[in-house]
Amino acid sequence: MKGNIIKYPRDNIDTDVIIPGQYLKVHDYAELATHAMEGLDPDFHSKVKEGDFILSGKNFGCGSSREHAPIALSHCGVKAILALSFARIFYRNSVDGAFLLPIEIDQDAYDGISEGDEIDIDVSKNEIKNITKNQTYKMKPFSEIIGKIIAAGGLFKYKPDQD
Amino acid sequence: MNIVEKILARGSGKSSVAPDDVVFADVDKVMMHDVSGPGVLKVFDKLKKQGIPVDKLWDPTKVWVAEDHFVPSADKMSAENIVKLSNFTKQYGIEKHFKYGMGQYGICHTISHEEAMVMPGDVYVGGDSHTNTTGALGAFACGLGHTDIAYVLLNGNIWFKVPETYYFKLNGKLPDHVMAKDVILKIIGDIGNDGGAYRTMQFGGSGIDEMSVESRLTLCNMTTEAGAKNGIVEPDQKVVDYLSQRGASNFNLVTGDSDAEYSKIFEYESSEMEPMIAKPFSPDNTCVVGEAPSVELDKSYIGSCTGAKYEDLVSAAKILKGRKVKIRTEILPAAISIYQRAMENGLLKIFLDAGVTVGPPTCGACCGAHMGVLAKDEICISTTNRNFPGRMGHVESQTYLSSPMVAAASAVTGKITDPRDLL
Repeated sequence: MKGNIIKYPRDNIDTDVIIPGQYLKVHDYAELATHAMEGLDPDFHSKVKEGDFILSGKNFGCGSSREHAPIALSHCGVKAILALSFARIFYRNSVDGAFLLPIEIDQDAYDGISEGDEIDIDVSKNEIKNITKNQTYKMKPFSEIIGKIIAAGGLFKYKPDQD
Repeated sequence: MNIVEKILARGSGKSSVAPDDVVFADVDKVMMHDVSGPGVLKVFDKLKKQGIPVDKLWDPTKVWVAEDHFVPSADKMSAENIVKLSNFTKQYGIEKHFKYGMGQYGICHTISHEEAMVMPGDVYVGGDSHTNTTGALGAFACGLGHTDIAYVLLNGNIWFKVPETYYFKLNGKLPDHVMAKDVILKIIGDIGNDGGAYRTMQFGGSGIDEMSVESRLTLCNMTTEAGAKNGIVEPDQKVVDYLSQRGASNFNLVTGDSDAEYSKIFEYESSEMEPMIAKPFSPDNTCVVGEAPSVELDKSYIGSCTGAKYEDLVSAAKILKGRKVKIRTEILPAAISIYQRAMENGLLKIFLDAGVTVGPPTCGACCGAHMGVLAKDEICISTTNRNFPGRMGHVESQTYLSSPMVAAASAVTGKITDPRDLL
């Protein structure tokens, strides 16, 4: 899966900046997308392209359980978030709703990948290739259950009885 | 096993579970509100298109619904969401729908304890991150998103990774000027806003035994701000009495085994606790009130599931009695039952005499949605739970989090104030 990086080099990007509380009443996914990251980067919606990845620091998506957050980002075309760590409900919502891939990276990847870099994520090898800089980093493998839900295409398509 | 492991083992039909086990646990209660409810409806629409049947819930008697975020309806879209929610509960036969304007209603987490919707030992999930609150009754209480809540509504179970548990031991009774809010702010400041991530935060010790159920609710409420999966206190006679007064019976008090394991134990002395604040823009950016920056406040807000329970209002009233507020001050009891007790016991008169605007139960201003949001550059002291940029209004407004006593004292002086100065 290839895409370009939009980098927010900071920790604790919370759901209040990903999609501010005033939009919680909105349930139209396309409209939510127009307000993605509005609390942090009002230019986000004009610069994001289909297939982009966001890269950020620790505890991405902390705060509220609003599924609006991964919905807004995925409906802008964001396919994956690469972060040093994730808050649990954002992580779960991203996977169970099959909105985007939450990829845990290490400090090398965080430091090495820059805004605009073209990246190729290979989940089967737990590998991230930086095509722009010709570097390769490891991603943290998904836990067994997360891997299975992602492979199934979301929680509703996952059949636990067949395990 | 500890209490959470025992609840999840029972819920998943296993004799024992351990941290990192993945289980599908049967859910005893599920909650949604006027934000997560319409969100779940969108998921149902999507499922219908995929040919997954959504015509029947697994058990409508185990589902309850609150109206809290955008009520009284902030605008047309909010009003339509309430209509959607009402149609949903009617269609699926959900009887426990706490509608505003029709007697008891309030913030979902407040209703969970005021109406004894959740019992000790329950596996309880809600479509809101502060579902953790209700762990104070001895339940496994955990917040989930719309897809997960839709899954629970249709299947009656959901997957969990069994969390490891951090145990926070509080020794001794808190001084009168220190509230549970100060304790949880201190803890979050110490461990950071991902310090409890994916874990259970359990509270115990003589300081917790001494605490009221409402104080324990405040502690568990803000475990969310440390990233925790849930907060919990082992249930005791106080919980039984509290829920019995609210019509509950048949208790199953699950507690941990004597050899229960915790991955880490933190110990705090109540006598060393001080009034705390969290400065902008994170709940872990804490300091004692004595070291607070000297800022001119524009507003004091006493509201939300965190800071507008009955006991919170009593604490604020102690300070506001016979005084006038110097800055805009809003008090919004978190449920109608609390509003009513505040009226019957003279608290509303104290607030109104002090110049406070008293409003109806709502999450409105806490999440920057409506009914008291902040303008650019405004500075607020608030009994709520989050102070991220833009949380309570304009992205360039600022929120300091505090206990109801600190918020009330600060309302009187216009500066961040130690309640001891006014008690």
